[in-house]
Amino acid sequence: MMEIGLSHYLVLSTILFAIGLVGVMRRKNLLLLFFSTEILLNSVNIAFAAISHYYGDLTGQMFAFFVIAIAASEVAVGLGLLIVWHKRHNNIDLDTMSSMKG
Amino acid sequence: MFEAIAFYLFAFLTISMFYIVVTTQQALYALTALAAGMIFISAFFFILGADFLGAVQIIVYTGAVMALYAFGMMFFDTTRDVKEKQGNKFIIVGLSTLSAVLVVLIFAAPIVSDNIVALYPMVEGAGNTQEVGMVLFTKYLIPFEVAAVMLLVAMIAGIVLAGKKMDLSLTLMNDAEIRDIDEDKNKKELS
Amino acid sequence: MELFLYTALFAPFVGSMFAAFFGASPKTLIAGIVPSIMLGVSLISSTVLLVFVLSTGQHVQVEMMTWMHTGNLYIPFGFNVDQITVTMMMVVTIVSTVVHVYAIGYMSHDKAFNRFFAWLSAFVFSMMILVMSDNFAGLFIGWEGVGVCSWALIGFWYHKESATWAANEAFIMNRIADLGMLIGIFLIYWNTGTLQYAESFEAMKHLDTDILTSIGIFLFIGAMGKSAQFPLHTWLADAMEGPTPVSALIHAATMVTAGVYLVVRSNELYALIPNVGLFIASLGAFVAIFAATMALVNRDIKRVIAYSTLSQLGYMFAAAGLGAYWVALFHLMAHAFFKALLFLGGGNVMHAMNDELDPFKMGGLGKTMKGTMILMTLASVALAGLFPLAGFFSKDMILEAAFVEHHYIIYTVLLLTAGLTAFYSFRIIALIFHGEDRHTALGFHPHEAYPFMIKAMLPLAVLAAIAGFARPYYFDMVTAILPDTEYHIHSAATYWIMTIGTQLFVITAIYFAYKKYMSSDIKVPDGTSDMENSFKYKLLINQYYIPHFYEEFLVKPYRSLSRVFWKEIDMKIVDATVDGIANIIYSTGENTRGMQSGNLSTMLKWMVTGLVILLSLAVAFGMAAKYTNLGV
Repeated sequence: MMEIGLSHYLVLSTILFAIGLVGVMRRKNLLLLFFSTEILLNSVNIAFAAISHYYGDLTGQMFAFFVIAIAASEVAVGLGLLIVWHKRHNNIDLDTMSSMKG
Repeated sequence: MFEAIAFYLFAFLTISMFYIVVTTQQALYALTALAAGMIFISAFFFILGADFLGAVQIIVYTGAVMALYAFGMMFFDTTRDVKEKQGNKFIIVGLSTLSAVLVVLIFAAPIVSDNIVALYPMVEGAGNTQEVGMVLFTKYLIPFEVAAVMLLVAMIAGIVLAGKKMDLSLTLMNDAEIRDIDEDKNKKELS
Repeated sequence: MELFLYTALFAPFVGSMFAAFFGASPKTLIAGIVPSIMLGVSLISSTVLLVFVLSTGQHVQVEMMTWMHTGNLYIPFGFNVDQITVTMMMVVTIVSTVVHVYAIGYMSHDKAFNRFFAWLSAFVFSMMILVMSDNFAGLFIGWEGVGVCSWALIGFWYHKESATWAANEAFIMNRIADLGMLIGIFLIYWNTGTLQYAESFEAMKHLDTDILTSIGIFLFIGAMGKSAQFPLHTWLADAMEGPTPVSALIHAATMVTAGVYLVVRSNELYALIPNVGLFIASLGAFVAIFAATMALVNRDIKRVIAYSTLSQLGYMFAAAGLGAYWVALFHLMAHAFFKALLFLGGGNVMHAMNDELDPFKMGGLGKTMKGTMILMTLASVALAGLFPLAGFFSKDMILEAAFVEHHYIIYTVLLLTAGLTAFYSFRIIALIFHGEDRHTALGFHPHEAYPFMIKAMLPLAVLAAIAGFARPYYFDMVTAILPDTEYHIHSAATYWIMTIGTQLFVITAIYFAYKKYMSSDIKVPDGTSDMENSFKYKLLINQYYIPHFYEEFLVKPYRSLSRVFWKEIDMKIVDATVDGIANIIYSTGENTRGMQSGNLSTMLKWMVTGLVILLSLAVAFGMAAKYTNLGV
């Protein structure tokens, strides 16, 4: 227990990923859904960094960089779309967004 | 030993913060908890010796992304509690647990069989930032440039989506036209 | 000759189909006249065939078409008119024609007039198939056909609960017996390889006695159901719910004699197994006295006549069981005539008394209904067996046969029954037609039946009177194919003592009946007299409590067992399984419909589900690859 190995980090990452999944499935407010997506991305970052550390490989950290960059741009665009939707419908409840049915 | 203490401490904090994000009814609490969680994740990066990554995490995630979310929150009525109709709790929790277990299994497999070989091994002696720089601008140059373009596109998209009255260009009109527009607006408000 | 065979067979069918066209319409007279004419045609054809068989001694055989030819099994629709058959055909057609004409008058106020004639002619058609067929399968077709038509006719007034119950009872009891008969037929086919009479009887001569005994017993079980022998006898009395022409035709002359016909037809089989024959004879004698005792106290004229039919059937089986097949057949013929006459006369009385059946409420009807009185008295005399009417020649012959074969117990039983028969027949006659007038006080205004109905009954009366004299001709004809044992009592003195003694015994019984029931202090019994409360009266009037026994110990348990099977097994297990399968498919559809609802939250959940499935597959394949060394 004292010796922190790779498996500890991986388990931690998995727990965070599961929490993120719960949030994704559970949340009905679109903004809070985005938060849950951030959690997912962060947990994956931890996993990448941990593997890169324990194998002496920098690939993991590179991937983590790009994930962060992409997450940032995704947030920008996502929020923009969210604002447009909110101006149109005045609420952001997922249950009301069902125009893609069928 | 310190590493162990640090790891468990930050692990506990991170998990509880993210748990709050996922379960709270108030959007503002969720936002704050998310920001805190990001900081604690950067602590992990520092423990793992990825200093550059940790710094980038704080600057980009906690600083930029959370600020974006905070600005976004201003548009929505956040004093109101988020009312959510709950789906089946068991399915949700069950599915996520199951996926977690499976992912651990998958991760555990190649480690047990010991088949991983480092592709870009770390160079001894240099600090982490130098190493990152060395790999980023040589091996990962193209993804770097593409990421830059993508950020540019995202920025423009954000401005276009969120801005108002984009069809008029204030810098190209002279003062008289700007005053006309102001009067029109005032007349409309009065009548 | 084949043309006459087909005419005799299919004319009733044509009549039935004609009447069936009018089945749903209100009464039209033509729907009654045409079937009667068709039956007349059948009667003429049968007479022609009779003359032919009598004069030439040859059989008329046709094979109409093949029914089944599968592997080794070959069953044709074949018909064979021989001496036994032509006797039966004459009986059936004469009685049927008379009954049809009578029924035009009897059912004239019934709104289901047309339907009645359709079923009645269909019944005659089935009976003709039964007697004319030349193999056991055709016999069985006719057997079932008469069962169905009898059900429809007993339950003709289907709005009456008692009628439908009686019809079901008759049909179900017949079915139970038919199971035995089917087993017998299967055994015949299995052991002899054919169902044709001629070939199978020939092959039976080489079979083991045990097998023959089983075949004989099973076939007789079928005969027991159709001819209402004990213990399958309760349906016959209840069958009186049907209209009187039905009782006259079916339950006097034709259907119930089908069992006797079967035994007579299978005489070659029963000749090989005399033990079974003795059993049949004993059972017949038992039924004879059993039914006669029940008729002694009954207060329903049709039931009394029904019991007397049962009793006479016992006589016929006694004769057949003792090997005196031609005697049984002769009694069958004579009995058909006078019993049908009795029933029809009873029908007249019933109609006149507005469907009242209790003879104690009648009395003195002889003044208003002379014709019926004469006919019924004639029939009862014939039934009692007084010289020179037909009953004497047939019944006495049976008694002689029993005596000659040294079966003294059977002889005594049959003799006693003869006395009882006379007594109860004349009890009814005396109560109805003689004595004081009890009916006017109760509000009945009887009148005689239509003249044409009386005229229709006349041929039967004539035959009941003279049929006995035809015995020598009959004997010559029939013994061409039946064993021709003549029953002579060696000592002439014994013969005359027996005959005269029997006649005296019967006459005494008649006199006693008249004396008791013509006296002027007969009143309608109302349940308070000592006689009515005595044990023996109660026993007899409740038919020895046998129907009660059947109801308690057979019908009720079976019904509750059926309910268990229905509610528990069928509904809960079988239905639930089928519904469950359908439900699974339905609910799967319902649940996966959520995939397309457009709700983002639902879609995200489905996404995670898919992710989990893919991960499981990855783990599974990875494990498989690792542990079986397939992957690198």
